[in-house]
Amino acid sequence: MSKMHVKMTINGKEVEALAEPRTLLIHFLREDQSLTGPHIGCDTGHCGACTVDMDGKSVKSCMTFVGQANGKDVTTIEGIGNPDGTLHALQEAFREHHGLQCGFCTPGMITRAHRLLQENPSPTEEEIRYGISGNLCRCTGYQNIVKSIMVAADMLNAQEAAE
Amino acid sequence: MNEQAPLSREERVKNLKGIGSERKRVEDARFTQGKGNYVDDINLPGMLFGDFVRSPYGHARIKSIDKEAALAVPGVVAVLTAEDLKPLSLHYMPTLAGDVQAVLADEKVLFQNQEVAFVVAENRYIAADAVDLVEVDYEELPALTDAFKALDEDAPLLREDIKDKMEGAHGPRKHHNHIFLWEEGDKAETEKALSEAEVVAEELITYQRVHPCPLETCGIVASMDKVNGKLTLWGTFQAPHAVRTVASLITNIAEHNIRVISPDIGGGFGNKVGVYPGYICAAVASIVTGVPVKWVEDRMENLTSTAFARDYHMTGKIAATKDGKITGLWCHVLADHGAFDACADPTKFPAGFFHIVTGSYDIPVAYVGVDGVYTNKAPGGVAYRCSFRVTEAAYLIERMIEILAQKLDMDPVELRMKNFIRKEQFPYQSALGWEYDSGDYHTAMEKGMAAVEYDALRKEQAENRAAFDRGETRTLMGVGTAFFTEIVGAGPVKNCDILGLGMFDSCEIRIHPTGSAIARLGTISQGQGHATTFAQILATEIGIPAEDITLEEGDTDTAPYGLGTYGSRSTPVAGAATAMAGRKIRAKAQMIAAYLLEVHEGDLEWDVDRFQIKGNPEAHKTMKEIAFASYNQAIPGLEPGLEAVSYYDPPNMTYPFGAYFCVVDVDVDTGVVDVRRFYALDDCGTRINPMIIEGQVHGGLTEALAIAMGQDISYDEMGNVQGGSLMDFFLPTAVETPVWETDFTTTPSPHHPIGAKGVGESPNVGGVPAFSNAVHDAFAHKGLTHTQMPHDHWRVWQTAQKLGLTG
Repeated sequence: MSKMHVKMTINGKEVEALAEPRTLLIHFLREDQSLTGPHIGCDTGHCGACTVDMDGKSVKSCMTFVGQANGKDVTTIEGIGNPDGTLHALQEAFREHHGLQCGFCTPGMITRAHRLLQENPSPTEEEIRYGISGNLCRCTGYQNIVKSIMVAADMLNAQEAAE
Repeated sequence: MNEQAPLSREERVKNLKGIGSERKRVEDARFTQGKGNYVDDINLPGMLFGDFVRSPYGHARIKSIDKEAALAVPGVVAVLTAEDLKPLSLHYMPTLAGDVQAVLADEKVLFQNQEVAFVVAENRYIAADAVDLVEVDYEELPALTDAFKALDEDAPLLREDIKDKMEGAHGPRKHHNHIFLWEEGDKAETEKALSEAEVVAEELITYQRVHPCPLETCGIVASMDKVNGKLTLWGTFQAPHAVRTVASLITNIAEHNIRVISPDIGGGFGNKVGVYPGYICAAVASIVTGVPVKWVEDRMENLTSTAFARDYHMTGKIAATKDGKITGLWCHVLADHGAFDACADPTKFPAGFFHIVTGSYDIPVAYVGVDGVYTNKAPGGVAYRCSFRVTEAAYLIERMIEILAQKLDMDPVELRMKNFIRKEQFPYQSALGWEYDSGDYHTAMEKGMAAVEYDALRKEQAENRAAFDRGETRTLMGVGTAFFTEIVGAGPVKNCDILGLGMFDSCEIRIHPTGSAIARLGTISQGQGHATTFAQILATEIGIPAEDITLEEGDTDTAPYGLGTYGSRSTPVAGAATAMAGRKIRAKAQMIAAYLLEVHEGDLEWDVDRFQIKGNPEAHKTMKEIAFASYNQAIPGLEPGLEAVSYYDPPNMTYPFGAYFCVVDVDVDTGVVDVRRFYALDDCGTRINPMIIEGQVHGGLTEALAIAMGQDISYDEMGNVQGGSLMDFFLPTAVETPVWETDFTTTPSPHHPIGAKGVGESPNVGGVPAFSNAVHDAFAHKGLTHTQMPHDHWRVWQTAQKLGLTG
C-alpha cells in the first residue's frame, strides 16, 4: 500500500515519517515511534487507554488516523513529566494516593487529567468524575483517581500562586 | 567524629516499612510515566503478527477452507488450519478441567468467534487483510444455547470428538452434552430436613454469564531460537510456571528449554489463568518460522472467546423453623460450560469450592449437586475476581437468606445474626466438608450495623414506603445487606492441584553483602502491588527495610516454581512462603550473630532488625552487619552466604469474611437505581498494607456493581453472542461509580505464619449480593421475591411495571 508523508510534533520534537494512510495514530505512536505509554484497550473508543493530547484536546488515538495528526502538536504520557525529569504533580499525586493498580489505564488517565486541569484548574469532585468518564479503569473503582486529581489540582494551583 | 544518636526502637520499626505500613507502591514510578512493559509493548526484530479467522456461526460444519487468496497477499507468511496442526497433534489442547479444546476448529465450529485459522503476516494490518480473504465454507447446524435444553433427548450433538467417551474426567456422563455430575453433602438427610421443616423457601437463582474484561486483553510473544533450541514465551499469564509445564507437555520441548515470562500485566481477574488457542498458534508459528510471533486479541475477541465467568443456574431450597433457625440447605446447579470444559478449578473440584454455599451460617445438614453441560457458547468458567465458584455460592446463599426472611416476615439481618456460626465454634466443620479456620461474624455485623445506623435506615424506609403509597414520591428505598464468607488460598497439596501440579507456592531470598536483598516468588502481580507488599512481609521478618528489598516474579528461569496468582492465593500461600523463607534467613543470621558476639545462640533475642544479647541490648549485631559477616567470615560449621528458599504447602484454606450494606433509591418510572451509600467491612486477618487493601476493596466493589447492575453476555437462539464489545458490555465509568466506605475487623488466620487471609476478591463476592439484595429490598413490600440479574434500568423498570407501580 502506498505511504503518505506525515509531519507532526510529538512531545516537543519534530517528527517526519512515511506511513500507510490507514495507520491508526496509536499504532504509529507505539510501533513506529516506540512510545508505548498509550495503550490499546478496546478498539471502539470506549476505554480511553490510548488517550493523547492533540492541539490542546484529549483524543483517543485508536480512533484517529495518523493523517489526522499531520501538522499537529501531540503529547503522550511520555511528554507529561516536568522538563527537569521530575514527576508532574499528577504523576506524583497518583503515586501518593494509590490512584493506580495494574497501571494499564494510567497513561491515558493522567494524560486526560492533564488536559482536564487546563480546561478547569479547580474542578469539583463531580466535574472530575464527568471529566474522566471517557477513561475506564478496572482496578481502582476511581475513588483514589478522583482524589489524586483533586490533590494535583491543589498542588498546581499552589505552585502557580507562588510564582 | 560526630556520633549520631542511636535510633529509637520505634524509629527502627518505622524505617522498615513492614507489615501494617501504608507504604507507597514501588511499581508506580514506571506506570505513571508510561514506562510499564506489557506484552504488546514487546517489539523484537523481525517479529511477525498472528490473527484469527473466526466462526460467524454458533454451530456449523466446516466443508472447506480456501487459503489461496490470503496466501497471495504480499507480507503473508502462513495460514494455519487444524489440518496443519494435526501432524503435530496440536489441533486439540488439554484444558485445565480435564477436557480438550480445539486449538483450531476441527471439522466443526462449536461457538461463534471460535478460532478457525491463524494468519501469520509481517504486520497486524496485513494479517487483518488476509483474515478477510480466507474463505471458509460452512454448513450451519442447529445451535444449542439454552442450558435447560442441553440434556433433552433430541438436543443436538455438540462434541462429536468425544461422543463415545461416556466416562468423563469427573465421572460418568449421562448424555452426549453432559460433562459431569458432582455432588457433596448428605442428600437423604437434607431432603428429610426439607420435608419436616416448618418453613421452606425455594427459588431458581441465575448468575448470568459475564466476563472479567481486564483493560489489557490476552496476548503472547513467542520466540523460538533455533540456534540454541530455546523457546521463550512472554505473555499475559497469571500462572507462568504452569504454562511452562503445559507448554512442555504439549510441544515435547524439554521444560528446561522453555522460558516463560509474564511481564507487567494489565489486570487479570481470572481472565489470564487459562491457556488459549492464540498462545499455541503463536508458539507453533514461531517454532515453524524461527522468528518471533506476536498475538494480541482485540476486545471483541476477548469478550467472546477467552474465559467467560459464572453462567450458573442455581435452585436453592432452604428449610427453617418458624422462628428462623435454619435446619437445612439443598441446592442444584445447572452449570453452562460452553463448548469445551475449560473451567479453571483445582482438578478434584469440577464446581470449584461451590460447597462453601452454606456461607456464614451454622446449617446442620446440606446437599449440593452440580450438573455441567455443553452448549454452543465460548468455553471458560474462570473465577472472575473470586475464588473458584465462591461468588456464585455467596450469591445463592445471600439471596436465599433474604427470601427466607421475607417468608418468615423477619428482618434479614436478624435472621443472619440468629444463624451465624458463633465465635466459639471455630474451627468450624461445615456440613459440606470445610473446616473454617477462624471468624467473628457477630462482631463484624454489629460494627457494620452501628456504622450505617441500620435501625434508622429501616425507619427511613418505612417512611419512604408510606410516602410512596400516598403518592408523594416516585422512588423506593432499598437496603441491601450481605454477609459473606470466602474460601481462598488454594491450597493444600493433599487435595488441591491443577493438572497434577500441587498448589503450593514459593519464595527464594538472597541477602546481598551490604545488607540489601532480592526475593523471587512463584506468583505474578497484575496490579495487586506484590513488589510493595511482599517486601513489607520480609522487612518485618528479616529486619531489612522494604526499600532495600527487590521483589521479582514472573520469569520461570529465575523464580522458584509456583502456581501463580488467582483465587486470592498469593498472600495466603506465597505470602506464607515469604515469611517462612524469611524465618530461615533469620535462623542462620542468629547463628552468625552468636559467633560474632561469642555467645550461645540461645543467649540471643531478635529485636526488629538485630539480634541482641538477652538483658544486654547494647551488645547486638544488626542484620546489615550479619549480612556482611556471612560473606567475609569463615564461620566454623556454616556455609558462607545468606540465602533461603521456602516451598509452602498450606495446611488449610483461609476464610476471609465481611459485612456489606448498600442503600439504593429506585426510580420506578425509569428503573434507574441510584446507589446512595455503600459500606464494606472486611476481615482479611492481618493487614499488610491498609492503603492497598482499601484500593483492592474499591476495585472489587466496582466490578461487583458492574456485574449486579449491567454485565450480561447472552446468546440468541442462533448462537449469536450479545454483549461482545464495550458498546454492549457494561463497564462503569467514574460517573456511575459511587463513593465507597471501607471498614475492617481483624481476626488473624490461626494457621498462616503472619495471620493474613487475602482480600482482593472479597468485595466482588460480597458486593454482588449486597447490590442485588438492595434492589430486591426496594420492592420486597410489594411482593417481589426474586428477579434475575443484571438489574439494569430496563429490567428494573419491567419489575416495577409488573408490580403495577409504574405511572
